[in-house]
Amino acid sequence: MNVPTSYLLALSGVLFVIGAMGVLTRRNAIVIFMSIELMLNSANLAFIAFARSFVDLQGQVMVFFVIAVAAAEVAVGLALIVSIFRTKQSIDVDQISSLKG
Amino acid sequence: MTQDLILFIILAVIVIITAVSMLLSRNAVYSAMFLVLNFITVAVIYLLLNAAFIAMVQVTVYAGAIMVLFLFVIMLLGAEKAAKGESLSWQPPLAILLGGALLMEFAYILFVRQTDLISSVESVTKKFGSPESIGDLLFDRYLVPFEITSILLLVAMIGAIIITHRGKKEPQ
Amino acid sequence: MNLSEVAQSGGLFSYAPLIIAFPILGLLINMIFGRRLGERFVGITASSAVVLSFIVAILQFIALLGEPEGAQVMMADWITIGSLSVPWALKVDSLSVTMILMVTGVSALIHIYAIGYMHDDVRFQGDPGRFARFFIFFNLFVAAMMVLVSANNYLMMFVGWEGVGLCSYLLIGFWYEKGEGGIANAIAGKKAFVVNRIGDFGFLIAMFLIFWTFGTLQFEEVFHLAEHGEVASLGMLTAITLFMLLGVTGKSAQIPLFVWLPDAMAGPTPVSALIHAATMVTAGIYLIVRNNVLFGLAHTSSDVVAIIGAVTAFVAATIAVGQFDIKRVLAYSTISQLGFMVAAAGIGAYVAAIFHLVTHAFFKALLFLSAGSVIVGLEHGLHDSGHHGEGDHHDEDGHHDFDPNDMRNMGGLRTKMKTTFLVYLVGALALTGIPPLAGFFSKDEILADANQEFMAIYILLAIAAIFTAFYMGRQVLMVFFGDPRSDAAKRARENPPVMTLPLIGLAILAVVGGGLNLPGIHSLTDWLEHTLAHVHATEFNLFVAVLSTVLALIAIWIAWTVYGRRFLQEGQPDPLRKILGPLFTVFENKYWVDEFYDLIIVRPYVSLAAFFADVIDWRFWHDWFHDTIIARSFRGTARWLAEGFDLPVIDGAANGLANVVKSFSTRLRALQTGYVRNYALSLFVGLILVLSYILFR
Repeated sequence: MNVPTSYLLALSGVLFVIGAMGVLTRRNAIVIFMSIELMLNSANLAFIAFARSFVDLQGQVMVFFVIAVAAAEVAVGLALIVSIFRTKQSIDVDQISSLKG
Repeated sequence: MTQDLILFIILAVIVIITAVSMLLSRNAVYSAMFLVLNFITVAVIYLLLNAAFIAMVQVTVYAGAIMVLFLFVIMLLGAEKAAKGESLSWQPPLAILLGGALLMEFAYILFVRQTDLISSVESVTKKFGSPESIGDLLFDRYLVPFEITSILLLVAMIGAIIITHRGKKEPQ
Repeated sequence: MNLSEVAQSGGLFSYAPLIIAFPILGLLINMIFGRRLGERFVGITASSAVVLSFIVAILQFIALLGEPEGAQVMMADWITIGSLSVPWALKVDSLSVTMILMVTGVSALIHIYAIGYMHDDVRFQGDPGRFARFFIFFNLFVAAMMVLVSANNYLMMFVGWEGVGLCSYLLIGFWYEKGEGGIANAIAGKKAFVVNRIGDFGFLIAMFLIFWTFGTLQFEEVFHLAEHGEVASLGMLTAITLFMLLGVTGKSAQIPLFVWLPDAMAGPTPVSALIHAATMVTAGIYLIVRNNVLFGLAHTSSDVVAIIGAVTAFVAATIAVGQFDIKRVLAYSTISQLGFMVAAAGIGAYVAAIFHLVTHAFFKALLFLSAGSVIVGLEHGLHDSGHHGEGDHHDEDGHHDFDPNDMRNMGGLRTKMKTTFLVYLVGALALTGIPPLAGFFSKDEILADANQEFMAIYILLAIAAIFTAFYMGRQVLMVFFGDPRSDAAKRARENPPVMTLPLIGLAILAVVGGGLNLPGIHSLTDWLEHTLAHVHATEFNLFVAVLSTVLALIAIWIAWTVYGRRFLQEGQPDPLRKILGPLFTVFENKYWVDEFYDLIIVRPYVSLAAFFADVIDWRFWHDWFHDTIIARSFRGTARWLAEGFDLPVIDGAANGLANVVKSFSTRLRALQTGYVRNYALSLFVGLILVLSYILFR
C-alpha cells in the first residue's frame, strides 16, 4: 500500500492517545486493561509501518514477540483482577484506594 | 488520491471509531466487541502492509484468544455494568486535555519537524511478510528470544493458576 | 670560667666535701633509724658525724700547711646560664679552714654535752620522744654552717646562710608548745626568723648588685675585678657593702636587728651555746672578713661598720648589767662581744676580729654550757625538794612558778656544783679579759688596733669592756656565792661527766686559746695572710693592755663591793637598783627597744595586714566583687541564656523546623490519593513533559 508512513504513524499516535484516555478515564478494571491492549496494538502498527517502509522484516518479528508477551500479560493480569474481585467484590479501581495517604 | 490512500482512510476511520466506541460504551461486553472489531481492522491494515503472517497472528491470538479471555472474565465477574457513583470528577477533563496535548506533540513531530520519512515506498517481494521468511528470522537470529518467550508463556500460565488458586475450601 | 681554679689539686683537698657530707649522713641515719634505736644511738651518731667532720677539717689544715694558697674543690655544677656560672664548690683556704675547725671542734664538744643535757631536758618538759629530733636539727645546722663557711660563691654561701637561719628557727622553737601562754617559744622562733629575713634581704640585694656590677658570683673573680678591673664605681661598692652590712646586723645581732637574740634564749641551752654564741652569729663577721677586698675599697662603709659595732658593744653591755635571767646576761654579752668583732672588722683589723671570734667561741660556749649545767642542777634540786617541774606550781599555760633560769633563785652553788663553778669562773675571767686567758689577747688586739686607727671606737669599746667585767662579776657572785636563795638551790647537785667533761675541754681551750696569735709570734696573722689582703701584724701596745687589765680589775672590785660584801639574800631587791636608780630600770628594760619596734613597725604592719585581709580581701574582693559582680552577673547571664535565648530561639528553631516539616509533609501527603488512575495520570504527565523536553530543548 503506497501510503505515506507518516499517516500510518499518525494513526498509531491517535490510537495510542485513545488508549491512554481509556486508562485514565474508565473505572472498570477490565476496560482499562483493554485500553492497554489498544495502546500495545498502536505500537504494533507503528512497527509494521516501519517494517514496510524500511523493507526490514525485523519489525514484524518484533510485533510477533509483542503479541506473545501481551498474551502472557493478559493472562496474569486477568488472574490478578479475578483475585482482587474475590476480595473486594468489585472491579472498580477507585475502590482499591487503601494506600491513600 | 490514489486507491491506496482512500482505502487507508476508510480503514483508519473504522479503526478510530471502534476505538472510541470501545472507550465510550457503558457495557464492558460491548467494549470488548468493539475492540475485537478494532483488532480485525488493524489486521486488515497489516495485510495491506505486506505483513500477512502477522495479520493472521493478530486475528488468531489477539482477537481470537485474548479477547475471548477478556470476555470470559467479564462474564465470570459479572462486570458488564458500569460502575456507579462519581469520584475524581476532575480527572476526565484533565485527561482529555493532556491527551490533546500529546496529540499536538505527535502532530508536531510528524508534520512540523519534517523527518525523512519515506512518502512513497518501494515495492517488495511476494515473500516479504510470509510465514516462511518470518520463520527464517525467528529460528535463526531470534532463536533465543523465541525460546525465552515460550518460557515466559509457561511462567505466565503457572502464575495465573497460582494467583487464582483458592486455598482449602473454608466455610463461608 | 674563673680565674684561679685549682680544681682538686692535692689528694687531701679532695676530701673536703666530706665535711658537709658527714653531718648530712648523720641526720639521715637519725631520721630513719633514730626512734627505733634509742637515745644513746642517736647521740653517738650525731656526735660522731661532727667529730668525723672535725677530723677531715684537720686533714684540710694539714694539706694547707703544704700548700698555703688553698684550693677550690668542685663538687658539681649548679647554675650555668649564659655568663653566670654558680657551682657547688668549696673554697679551702686558711680563713675557711679556721672557721671550719672552730665550728666542728666546738660543735663536737657541744653535741656530747647535749646528749646528757637533752636526756634531762626532754624528761623535764615531758616528751622523751623528741630527743632524736633535736640531734637531727643539730646536725642539719652543722651541715648548713659548713656550706656557709666553705662556699666559693655568694649564692652557695647564701644557701648556708638561710640554712643556719632555718635551723635557728627550728631549734629556738624546739619546745614549740611551751613558754608563756603556750606559744612564747614559737613566737621567739618566728621573731628570730623574721628579723633574720630583713638581714637576708640586705644580703640578697648585695648579691644582685654584685652580679650586676661584676657579672659573676664567685669570690675570686669578684675580688679580682674589684681590685684590678675598672668595673665598680665607689658608689656601687659602698652600696654593695652597706647592704651586706644589713645582712650582718641581722645574722650577728647588731643594732638595729639584734632584738631576736635575747628571745632566742627560749631554746635549749646547747642551742644557745652553739648557734647563738659560737657559730651562727659569727657568720656575719665571716662575711665581712671574706669580703675584706670590697670593704677595704669602700671606706665609708667600713666606718659605718665600725661605728655600728662599737655602739652595739656599748649598748648591749649596759643592758646586760640589768638582766636577771642567767642566759639573758650571756645573750647580751654575746651581742656586745659580736660588736667588738664587727668594730674590729670595720677598722680593718680582720685578723683581730677572727682571733676574737675563735676565742669568744671557746669561752662563750663554755659559759652557756655551764649556765645550762647550773639550770639542770637547779631542776634536779627542784625535783628533789618535792616539787616536780610539772607538778604543784604548774598552771594551765605551762608557766612554771619557779624559774630555774632566774639568778635570784640561785646562790651558793659554789659548794654544790664545784666543777661547774670552776669552769664558769675560767670562762668569766676569759670573757673579762684577764691575762693570760684567751680573751685577754684577742680583746687586747682589737683595742690596740682601735687605739691606733679610730679613737672614738676605742673609747666606746673600752667602756664596754668595763661593763663586761662588771656584769660578769655580778653574775658569778650572784650565782655561786652567798647562801642558796631557794629550795632548789639548796638541793642542787653536780651533773654527770657526759656534761662536765666537755666543759672542762672548753675551759682548757679558753685558757690556752690565746696562743693562737700571741703578740710577737702572730701565728694567726701569718696563717690568714695567705687569704686576706692587706693584713698587718698588730703591734703590741703595752699602755692599752695594762689600761684594759686595770680597768677590768677595778670593775670586778666594784662588783664585789655591791654584791660580794653582803651577799644577796632571798627576796632582797638588787642593790644596784638603789645605786643607779632610774638608769637601772632603763638597763633592765633593754631601753624598751622591743616595745619601740612593736609600736612603730609591728603594730602598723599587723593592722595593715588585717586591713588587707579583712577589708580588701574579704569584704571588698570576696563579698562585693565575687558575690555581687561575678556571681550575680553570671547567674543573670545564665538565666538570660536559658530563658531568653535557649527557650525562644533554640527551641523555637527546633520546634519551628519540625513544624515546617510537618506542614510540608501534610501538604505533600495530598498527592497520595490512593487512586490508581491518579498515579497513571501522573505517569502520563511525566511522559508528556519528557517528550516535550526532548523535542524543545
